[in-house]
Amino acid sequence: MRHYEVTFIVDSVLSSDEIEATSKVYQDMLVGEGANIDHIDEMGLRQLAYPINNRTTGIYYCFEYSAENGDLISKIDLAMRRDERVMRSLVIKLDKYGVQYNDDKRAGKIGKVKKKSSKDDSKGKPSRNKGLAVKNKPAKPAPAVKKPEVVAAAAVTAPAVETATASKEEE
Amino acid sequence: MASRDDIKFLSNPKIGNRKKKYCRFRKFGIKHIDYKDPDFLLQFINEQGKILPRRISGNSLKYQRKVAIAVKRCRHLAMLPFVTDLLK
Repeated sequence: MRHYEVTFIVDSVLSSDEIEATSKVYQDMLVGEGANIDHIDEMGLRQLAYPINNRTTGIYYCFEYSAENGDLISKIDLAMRRDERVMRSLVIKLDKYGVQYNDDKRAGKIGKVKKKSSKDDSKGKPSRNKGLAVKNKPAKPAPAVKKPEVVAAAAVTAPAVETATASKEEE
Repeated sequence: MASRDDIKFLSNPKIGNRKKKYCRFRKFGIKHIDYKDPDFLLQFINEQGKILPRRISGNSLKYQRKVAIAVKRCRHLAMLPFVTDLLK
C-alpha cells in the first residue's frame, strides 16, 4: 500500500455548502476508486502569501489516503484542474518517515514551533529536549522528538552564527 | 603560566571562537520535513523569503535538499511567499 497526501485550496468566496460539497466530491472519488482515506484535515481559512486568481484567502484541505498504485493521482489531478472551485492542488507520495510523522502529529507528539523571545530561554531548552529524546527512544523505534521546540532552540544559535559570519564577510 | 590574571592583551583572545554548527536533523533524528508547516520552515529562509545556504543553516546536504523541496512546495501552496520583504 502506498500512502499519498493531497493538499488543495478551495476558493473562499463560495458558500460553506459548496465548499463542503467540493471536499465531498473528492472524498467520494477517492473512495470510489478503491483508495482508503486515512485522514482528512480541514485546515480551514488561511491567508495566502500571494494572491491567486485575485483572491487573498483560501480554504485548505489535506487528505491522506493509501492506494495500491499511483493511477489515482492523474485522475484526481485532472479533476482538480477542471474544477473551478479548486485554486491549487498538490499530490505527493509519503515515504515511511512521512507516514510516521503524520501519525505522531495526530497523536500530539510533535510540538509547535515556539517563537524565540530571548537568548536566555534557549539555554534551558537543549538539555531538556535531550532528556525527552532519551525518554522517547524505548517507546518508538525512531526517536519521536519534539522537533520544532528543539529546532527553535537551535534556531536561536543559528542567527547568531549567521550574524557572525555576515560580519566576518563584511570585513 | 598562560592563565595568569595580570597578563593583558591588546585584543580579546576569545574572539574568533565560533559555536560548532551542526545539522539539527541529524542530531535530533528528525526524518521528515513537513511542507505544510510554514512556521518551522521560516527558520530556513531569510527576510526576503530566499532559502538560506547550507553554510549558514548548518544542514547536511541530504536535509538541505529536503528543506529546499519543502519550501518550494510550501510556496506553491501559498503558505510562504516567493518574493517579499520584511518577512521576519
